[in-house]
Amino acid sequence: MRTESPGPQHEWLDGDAGPVVRPYTLTGGRVRSAVGGFDLVAFVLAEPGADLAAHPELQPEHRRLVELAGRPVPVAELAADLDLAVGVVRVLLGDLLARGVVAVHQPPRTAYLPDNDILKAVVSGLRAL
Amino acid sequence: MDSVRYDGERARIPLALKILIAGGFGAGKTTLVSALSEVRPLQTEEVLTGAGVGTDDLSGVETKSTTTVAMDFGRITINEDLQVYLFGTPGQDRFWFLWDELAFGALGAVVLADTRRLADCFPSIDYFEQRGIPFVVGVNCFDGARRFSLETVRQALDLDPEVPLVLCDARDRQSGKLVLIELVEHVARQRGEPVPAA
Repeated sequence: MRTESPGPQHEWLDGDAGPVVRPYTLTGGRVRSAVGGFDLVAFVLAEPGADLAAHPELQPEHRRLVELAGRPVPVAELAADLDLAVGVVRVLLGDLLARGVVAVHQPPRTAYLPDNDILKAVVSGLRAL
Repeated sequence: MDSVRYDGERARIPLALKILIAGGFGAGKTTLVSALSEVRPLQTEEVLTGAGVGTDDLSGVETKSTTTVAMDFGRITINEDLQVYLFGTPGQDRFWFLWDELAFGALGAVVLADTRRLADCFPSIDYFEQRGIPFVVGVNCFDGARRFSLETVRQALDLDPEVPLVLCDARDRQSGKLVLIELVEHVARQRGEPVPAA
């Protein structure tokens, strides 16, 4: 998302100024995913055999997401890897999900608490750090 | 509930647990996330637009001023099926709405307190108390920070007796790790299933 400033360097445009392109330009102005919200720690996984060639309308960022999701990756990491805002990534993921190119695995939802075995595993894992 | 869901025979989807790192501005949140994360701490941004406060009106988004909020996060892999994600909460009050998303489904939170500015962590404590999210308070011991007894800090924070309060050094991985362990054990105790000491 970070783009080079056009033309001669403007004194106001530097790294601290943030992206020059408005973040939601990439999504055509859409700020909500067509499919729904994705948790920051929802895991995204590319569908095997997904044929991106069948979807010429997808942008390079879409394709990069599919590449990164060759293994399960949470939404927050995808956003960091692409240097895109989470909201933008959610919209792009919605596009991919609607086309069946990726699967999104939401973390367990309502009133979920991990069971005691999981908590024990976390404690022993932390102790081992 | 199973900790791992299988996606066909291809890939195991790990279980990701969210832990929030909260506290006032400059209390050491980013430092703690950095100290604990196995990867360089990542930053993700949320863009604030009209959409951020819950309107579906897309027309005019392009004219709204946007600002981004950076959220630090880090990862600790417990095993191939279990990962802990640490999210540093945005410091400013005007980003409370982001907290709701961060807090959703979170295992619990660490509230970092700086004894030089103890009141800065009150809003975090209120937030987690009101939502019933388990939390521990870590008193970050900065160089040169005034030292108070934990009992004095507990009184000043008006903490419930069961909320753990520990001293820590946010720069130190071992110290930060002990705070996380304190939190997970607190979560287990709240559910009446204490984790046996190793």
